Amino acid sequence: MSSQFQPIPMMSSEPTPVAEPNEGPNPIREAIEQAISEHKVILFMKGTPDAPACGFSARTVAILQSLEVPFAAVDILPDPRIRQELSTISNWPTIPQLFHEGELVGGCDIVTEMHEAGELAEALL
Amino acid sequence: MASPEDIKQRIEAAIPGSHVEVEDYTGGSDHFRAVVTSEAFEGLSRIEQHRLVYGALESDIGGAIHAFALKTQTPSKIQIT
Repeated sequence: MSSQFQPIPMMSSEPTPVAEPNEGPNPIREAIEQAISEHKVILFMKGTPDAPACGFSARTVAILQSLEVPFAAVDILPDPRIRQELSTISNWPTIPQLFHEGELVGGCDIVTEMHEAGELAEALL
Repeated sequence: MASPEDIKQRIEAAIPGSHVEVEDYTGGSDHFRAVVTSEAFEGLSRIEQHRLVYGALESDIGGAIHAFALKTQTPSKIQIT
C-alpha cells in the first residue's frame, strides 16, 4: 500500500522568508511548480495518503489506490501558503487537486465522476 | 456563514438559466453540496464547468464555505413530445 506513493517533503523545518507580492523569488510557488512538473501523477491533499485529514482527500486517495496508480502526494496543511500558491497556479479553489502530466485533472468530485464513468484509469496512463 | 439560498442565488445570477440545488449537509452553514444544471455547460470540460460555478462564489470557497461538493450537468437531452 505504502509503495503506491512517494510523499514529498515540501517544507523544511526552517521558516521560509515571506516574499513580497510580485517581487523576488517565491520559493513555495517554485517548489509546487517543480513538484507538478516532476511527477506524472501528483495529489495535493489535506494530510497524507496513510492519514488523510479530510474526507474528500481520503476518498480521492482510496480511488487512486483502488486503481493501483502510483502517485506522489503533498500535504498542504503544514503552511497555508501552499494552498494559496497552489490555487493561484491551478485556478482551482478546493482541495484535493489531482494533476497528471502537469495538467489539473480535477478535485474529489471530478475524480469520483471520472472513476464511476470508467474514465479515470485511462486518463492517468 | 453562508446559506443554501444565498449560494443558489449567486450561482443562478452568474449562470443565467441554470437550475441549482444546494444542500447544507451538516447543518453548520459551512459544508454544502450543490447540483447545477445548465445548458451553458454544453461543450465544456468538467474542469471548465466547475470553474464557472466556483467563479460565482469567489473567495468564499475556502473562507465561509469550508466544503463544497459539486456536480454539474447539462439538461437531459431526452425530449418528451
